[in-house]
Amino acid sequence: MSDCAIRTTDLTRDFGKLRAVDRLSLEVPAGAIFGFLGPNGSGKTTTIRLLLGLLEPTSGTATVLGQDARTDPGAIRDRCGALLEYSGLYERMTAQDNLEFYARVWHLRPAERRERVRDLLTGLGLWDRRGEIVGSWSRGMKQKLAVARALLHRPALVFLDEPTAGLDPIAAAALRDDLTRLARREGVTVFLTTHNLAEAEKLCDQVGVIRSGRLLAVGRPDELRAQARRDRMEITGRGIDERVVQLVGTQPAVEAAEMGEGRLTLRLRDGQDTSPLVALLVREGVAIDEVRKGGADLEEAFMALVGTDA
Amino acid sequence: MIADVLTIAWKDLREVLLQAGTLRRSLRGLVFSFLVFGVFLPLQIGPDLVREPAAILPFAWVPLLLASGMVADGIAGERERHTLETLLASRLSDRSILLGKIVAAVAYGWGFMLVSALVGLVTVNVANAGHGILLYEPVAVVLLGGFGLLGAGLVACGGALVALRAPTVRQAAQNMNLAIFAVVLVPVLVLQVLPLDVRRQVVTALNGLDWVTIGVGAAVLLALADLLLLAAAMARFQRARLILD
Repeated sequence: MSDCAIRTTDLTRDFGKLRAVDRLSLEVPAGAIFGFLGPNGSGKTTTIRLLLGLLEPTSGTATVLGQDARTDPGAIRDRCGALLEYSGLYERMTAQDNLEFYARVWHLRPAERRERVRDLLTGLGLWDRRGEIVGSWSRGMKQKLAVARALLHRPALVFLDEPTAGLDPIAAAALRDDLTRLARREGVTVFLTTHNLAEAEKLCDQVGVIRSGRLLAVGRPDELRAQARRDRMEITGRGIDERVVQLVGTQPAVEAAEMGEGRLTLRLRDGQDTSPLVALLVREGVAIDEVRKGGADLEEAFMALVGTDA
Repeated sequence: MIADVLTIAWKDLREVLLQAGTLRRSLRGLVFSFLVFGVFLPLQIGPDLVREPAAILPFAWVPLLLASGMVADGIAGERERHTLETLLASRLSDRSILLGKIVAAVAYGWGFMLVSALVGLVTVNVANAGHGILLYEPVAVVLLGGFGLLGAGLVACGGALVALRAPTVRQAAQNMNLAIFAVVLVPVLVLQVLPLDVRRQVVTALNGLDWVTIGVGAAVLLALADLLLLAAAMARFQRARLILD
């Protein structure tokens, strides 16, 4: 297998007139935890379905674990685990029976089945409750069990579609911890979709930002933050009025200027010296409290990317 | 593939049999059903249950009702409860998933019918103790075994086709029940509206028939119908289509 777990080239999927995934070209390194970020309806779930061969692309190609998603989807599903939009658990069955069933699906031998189910349930703190009907469990516990199910057959790649969606912050943090620990221990590549930026920042080695089916950026979280840092400058102070905003907006270093929440935000052009901007504001009578160049977190980087595209 | 089919059937049967959480609770429900079909009905019918092959006809309702309900729950129910997509994302082939669900429905309906018939036999023997051991006529055994299996298969395959087109379990079950009642009641109603002399001619014609030939012919027709419905259900059971549904 190459060092890429997933490689897509111009992957496109249309539903009638709607283009859900638009010429997506992406590489996910083997062994990485890759976060696929995007607002609701941006094409994240459709991308997972395409990668798992559950849907055929309209055009373009996707190779997952060296297999073509269009011609050999069975081979891909054979080596992947998935926690999709819904947990997919059988709520009338016990936790142990749920895992037992999927262990049979993946042809685990009886002794291995027992050992693996015990190992995963113990690791997630669910072993003592293995005989309970899943329908009576909290959403957090169900998601943990669904993660266990996705990892049951030691897949090379696991797809997790918004695994912490709908969980309270404590349950979400617990699941994140378990997920990171299990993924590292098992050495599995994780393709995780989320619209939770903090989650992506904590979990992921790499992130891709998607909006309206188009990939806007890919990189390490710190790279995306740095990108936002380069491009943005925030100034707080007294005397910043509409006239000053317009004046600053006409400067060569500034691509756009806007006032909001008591601060002037400037989007900057690459490679331009920004010190004259501060001098200009002082000359125009602005009493500057703070100048912050960059300092963006992933959320700001995400919003900048998504906002720019809008 | 056979292992995969049996895995799906194992899961579907386990889900239905243990749906109350424990075997003990589920057994209560089963015991009630056996009381109706295995005790109450045989007591009403009496020794004729084993003397008249036609007396076993009430057992025919068992696979019809159970297999249809199970296949509706197994397909439309999985979709409604959002478990089908995860199953489709696994290594299982479309064919093994569908066949597993049909096998489970047939095993449930047919198995329940056979057990009910056995319990009924015990009931009749206990109620008529002192008259020697009463046993079903060979033709009744063939009807229960062969036609019961083919009938359960027909309902399961037809039910799968209906469930694949129904948005909910309830809708699937309603459509199935309507279809079953139509198949069972329409011939009876048609006979009722026929003029008396025509009915007499039908009865005379039936009396003159070779029942063995008819039985074999009916079994072949049922088997063909089973295969036809199975092929149609397989053509309809496609991952991409189910995902978009």
